Amino acid sequence: MSKFTKKKSNELPPVNTAALPDIVFMLLFFFMVATVMRETNLLVEQNLPKADQVEKLKKDRSVFIFAGKPSDQYKEKYGNEGRVQIGDKYTDISKIGMALSEARGKLIPELQNKVVVALKVDDDTNTGLVTDIKEELRELNMVRIIYITTPGNQLD
Amino acid sequence: MARRSAPEVNAGSMADIAFLLLIFFLVTTTMEKDKGISRQLPPIQEIEEEVIIKDKNLFIVLVNKNDDLLVEDEPMELKDLRQAAIDFLDNGGAPSNSPEYCNYCQGKKDPSSSDSPDKAIISVQNDRLTSYNMYIAVQNELVGAYNFLRNRESQRLFGWEFTYVKSQVDAGTYVGDRSKAEEGLKEIQALFPLKLSEATPKKN
Repeated sequence: MSKFTKKKSNELPPVNTAALPDIVFMLLFFFMVATVMRETNLLVEQNLPKADQVEKLKKDRSVFIFAGKPSDQYKEKYGNEGRVQIGDKYTDISKIGMALSEARGKLIPELQNKVVVALKVDDDTNTGLVTDIKEELRELNMVRIIYITTPGNQLD
Repeated sequence: MARRSAPEVNAGSMADIAFLLLIFFLVTTTMEKDKGISRQLPPIQEIEEEVIIKDKNLFIVLVNKNDDLLVEDEPMELKDLRQAAIDFLDNGGAPSNSPEYCNYCQGKKDPSSSDSPDKAIISVQNDRLTSYNMYIAVQNELVGAYNFLRNRESQRLFGWEFTYVKSQVDAGTYVGDRSKAEEGLKEIQALFPLKLSEATPKKN
């Protein structure tokens, strides 16, 4: 009658990995939800200055302006002067208005008149360039701006 | 014919596939949480109003093209700027019988410095060649001075920190009476209104 008695082995039973895919999927979904695909291809250097007295950016109502020196691969073509980028391309300062209204058009209509302009400017830029941008923004009546920074303090 | 049970699908490689996707998303993820110093630009005015501001109510910060600071005609290190700004804003030099008297100021009440936080204006003047790094550092210190004073007053009046409650209200995560908190924030902002003026940089 030993047909039904199981063979007893001395080996440890293998670890059950059936739940492993579940765990991995959970992580996967988390990252899928949290991921923001980079929409813009940066053409300028972006080492943001440090600051600690900051507020959070409200992403749903902001348009971005990037400024700084052209990145390494564009240096030969565009030189070493600070440049402004809106969307995917370099923009002349006098033409900021058109590029910005285009960017603003992509926001939901209720927030379009609450628009905040986020300035992402490389720390090695001259303030003059930023001032020119701000003058243009004043003329466009987009007066709410935010200087994007990285956490930290320049005194340390 | 005997019914055969369908063979089980081998799911052993599912974990591999999931890992592959997971690694892809891990690599492409940029957790974007942009933060920064927000500012309201002055609108363009057709008619320039001539406002007479007393010299003592003006705190002039000059930054030259070598990123050196000149505060009230004296060279200064960046690390001392915040305290200097706090001293200026909190001075409350108006005499106690004048309408501008500041009853919550804890400064020196020096009559040759600002009358009240409401009158006090900080003016930053940059050179066009000042680095943006320095510009942000100066702005950060000045906003820091305002935040310090606002926190002090909110702590005294309501028992909470201005900056902390403001960030919570902005994010919509404030627990408790929201409208009351907003009122409190407004009150504190009225006590120490942010009066930062920026002159257009000098051309050279």
